[in-house]
Amino acid sequence: MPQLDPAVFSSQLVWLTISFVILYLVMARVVLPRIGDVIEARQDRIAHDLDAAASLKTEAETALAEYEKSLAAAHSEARDVLVQAAERRASDAAARSTKLDARIAKRVRTAEARIAAAKQDALDNLAGVAGEIARAATEKLIGAAPGGAAVTAALARATIELATNEKD
Amino acid sequence: MADAVPEQTQSPLAQFEIHRWIEIPLGGLDASFTNSSLFMLIAIAAITTFLIGGMRRHAMVPGRWQSMAELSYEFVANMVRDNVGSEGRRYFPFIFTLFMFILFSNSLGLLPFGLLGPIGLHGFTVTSHIIVTFALAAVVFLGVTVIGIVKHRLRFFSYFVPQGVPLVMMPMLVPIELLSYLARPVTLALRLFANMMAGHTMLAVFGGFVVALGIAGIAPFVVIILLMGLEVVVAILQAYVFAILACLYLSDALHLH
Repeated sequence: MPQLDPAVFSSQLVWLTISFVILYLVMARVVLPRIGDVIEARQDRIAHDLDAAASLKTEAETALAEYEKSLAAAHSEARDVLVQAAERRASDAAARSTKLDARIAKRVRTAEARIAAAKQDALDNLAGVAGEIARAATEKLIGAAPGGAAVTAALARATIELATNEKD
Repeated sequence: MADAVPEQTQSPLAQFEIHRWIEIPLGGLDASFTNSSLFMLIAIAAITTFLIGGMRRHAMVPGRWQSMAELSYEFVANMVRDNVGSEGRRYFPFIFTLFMFILFSNSLGLLPFGLLGPIGLHGFTVTSHIIVTFALAAVVFLGVTVIGIVKHRLRFFSYFVPQGVPLVMMPMLVPIELLSYLARPVTLALRLFANMMAGHTMLAVFGGFVVALGIAGIAPFVVIILLMGLEVVVAILQAYVFAILACLYLSDALHLH
């Protein structure tokens, strides 16, 4: 086995030391810090991006909550306006119908008064007409016209008798 | 027929040979530039290219290459965090270097460098040499022990005294604990070395069959294809095992059980 020949030991040890020390220095001073920096920078970047995403999410949630709040406020305001309008309309309608009722009642009363007056006139005229007819009939029957006062008295008596009979 | 086979593939063990290309005497020490040295340099160049090239854009959303660079970083970072805890952060660059060096050394040995045979190059696995794996294991073992002693002072040696055991048993248990602790670098080194060497030897043996059997060599060729898949898994797995054991030893030293 060539590996067990002590003559080749020293040169291998010398060159192993040289190359290992060079490699160690290059790795420790140049290569490893470089790789470590890149990996660390990437981790920082990822952490930073995650933080930014989280804060953006919070912001979006706040905005959404505000939007919903203002939407609810608008809704209730609209409802209030509607309710008020309905109330106003109802009260207006009530007032108008009261006024109308009053006017109608007044007209009804006027008309009733007019009817009553007309009826009274008719009744008053009826007494005169009845007296005329009674006098003319009497004149035809007996040939003599009775005095106005006698007719009026007889009519009044007959009217009272009629009214009494009607009552019974 | 053996004459047609290139010289270095004659023995399945020839691939482990070290060739001194440039003699460098460093005092009394031999520091020659060898094929092993070349593959170590290729490994660190490949690792650096892979990682720096992957991170050249610093993209927030990584591409395929950057994903792989980041994946290797996070794989080792998680391993250290899960097994050692937050105190392990200081040692993360070392564990990472260890893991990547072993991973690339293991994997580079699987690339078909044998195609470059004509210019005198053949595939070589740095970690198939016991001296290399033992050196890495020794660094882990000594480093972990020193860290433990510096952190806990004399209390560190309570690690070898199991808790809740009758005093009578101590003369027997303490040496066992000590022995198992001292065996760590040996098992760590041997595991990696044996896996790498066995795999490559087997590939070379079957490779020799393919050439020797001619048209019937299709059978061992299929076996090589399957073995290759297995070796890729072993290369990655052994790098992982080495790194995670280093983490566990470190955790023991930092937390004492």
